[in-house]
Order: sequence, then structure tokens, then C-alpha cells
Amino acid sequence: MNAAKRKGLIGKSDIILILVLLLASLSIFAVHTIMSSQGSSALCRITVNGELYGTYELGRDQTIDIDHTNVCTIRDGKVKMISANCPDQICVDSIAVSRNGESIVCLPNRIVITIVGAGESAEYDTIAS
Amino acid sequence: MGKDNRVQAGKIAWLGVMASLGVLCGYIEYLIPVSAAFPGIKLGICNIVILTVLYLSGWKEAAAVSIVRILLIGFMFGSLSSILYSLGGTVCSLSVMAILKRTNFFRVVGVSAAGGVFHEVGQILIAALIVKGFPLLWYLPILMIAGLICGTVIGFLSGAILLRIPKNV
Repeated sequence: MNAAKRKGLIGKSDIILILVLLLASLSIFAVHTIMSSQGSSALCRITVNGELYGTYELGRDQTIDIDHTNVCTIRDGKVKMISANCPDQICVDSIAVSRNGESIVCLPNRIVITIVGAGESAEYDTIAS
Repeated sequence: MGKDNRVQAGKIAWLGVMASLGVLCGYIEYLIPVSAAFPGIKLGICNIVILTVLYLSGWKEAAAVSIVRILLIGFMFGSLSSILYSLGGTVCSLSVMAILKRTNFFRVVGVSAAGGVFHEVGQILIAALIVKGFPLLWYLPILMIAGLICGTVIGFLSGAILLRIPKNV
């Protein structure tokens, strides 16, 4: 690597690239925060394999059994996956979610728990009740 | 012909050593869980090996070493979903790194930093494909920033290693 020896490991273009990537991640974060801050987070929506499994109120503490594969709890307005029958336990390790747009994903069982605002899921109200 | 065979054998031996180094790095990573609360965040020390192969041999060799490494690590310590996450991450990250390297505009730290970020993008894309939707979009910036930091550090380490390995191995 004579070229690397001559030029060094990092140059101006690398610093620009790193800054652009940083800016990109911060802007995704900003856009997502602005978009999800509209409306209060009131519900948690659970889908299995892309289909709705149920919508649950965050205000009421409860334990939900999802398809006999995963169990999640709602406590103090936060949703946490507490058990899963898969080997990797990624969803169980995930942090508790409470804000709009946040989610927990269990890839092996194709389960997605998403926090949604009250207005956002009006179409599912019949199923929820 | 004899010389050709010898060159070929040497290359296979070199890539074999690199693949086993990659598996070893994966094992070390498996022993050091960086953050339990934020799954998906890893140090990416395996990328030192992949970057070394990318710079000394080429992208095809780097891809081969990556795939061997992911499958071995996956079967030993992981699961089907961890293999899928890793494959998605590697395809994304290695393509970006190979393209950036080819432009001759960036040095090893920049290439590695971009690789770190796009590894996370690839993982999120795999999750999106499997669960049909983009539920983890909120999580992407967290992963991207972690990937950027780790990728930059790994870039400096790989660069330091590349300076000390003769070009024609």
C-alpha cells in the first residue's frame, strides 16, 4: 500500500463523506420525529405477517399473547416484548417503545409492534373493540 | 501452467486464512455484546478482514470471504434471521465500499465509514422485506450513527494494517 503510505489514511473527501452520512442520518431522524410528533401516541398496533393482529390502548396495562409465539406487555404507556420462541431474542432485547412511529420487530415470527396515534388507526377501531 | 496452479493455490490459502480470521473476529464480537438495548449495533471488527481483502485482492474475493464467514458464524452462534440480517448488511455495505474504492476519490477511512453506515441500511432493508413494511425506520438513524462511528474507527485500524502488509500476498 505505497499509495496509502504516501497519501495517509484519511483525506478531505473522506471527511466530507463522513459529514454527509452524519447529516443524512440526522435528517432521517428529524423528518421521522416531525412526522410522528403529530397526534398523541395512544395505541399500539400489532401485525403478524403483514396482517393486523390487534390494536391495544397504551393507557391500559395489559399482557398480550401474540399467536402463542410472543408475549408483550403494556405498562405505564410503554410496550415491551417479554418473550419470544425464537433463538435470537432480538425483539426481547429491544428497548420498550412508547412514542409514535417507534416499533419492535420479531423477524422470525414476522411480528411488528408499532406505536400509532389515536387518529391514525381509526380504520382499525372496529377490530380493536 | 505449473506456476499458474501455484498462484491459484496461494490465493486459495490466503483467502482461507482471511475467512478463518473473519470467523474469529465474529466470535470475538459474539463475546462482546455492545448494546443489549439496541440490537443490531456491532463493532464491525470483521470488516477489518473484509477491507483488507477488498484492498489487497478485490471485491469478488471480499464477497466470497464475507459469505463464507457469515454462513459459518451464523451456523455456529446465530440463527436464520441473524444470517439474513448479516447477508443483507454485507451485500449493501460491500457494494458501496467497492464502488467508493473504485472511484479512487476516497481513502480507506471514508470507504469503511460508508460501509459501516450501509451495513445498517442493508439490515433494515432485510427487515422491511420480511415483515412487509418499514417499521424500523425510526431505528435507522440510531444504527446509522453507530455504524458511522464504528466504521470510521475500523477504517483507521484497517488502514494501519494495510500499511504493514506487503501488496502482493
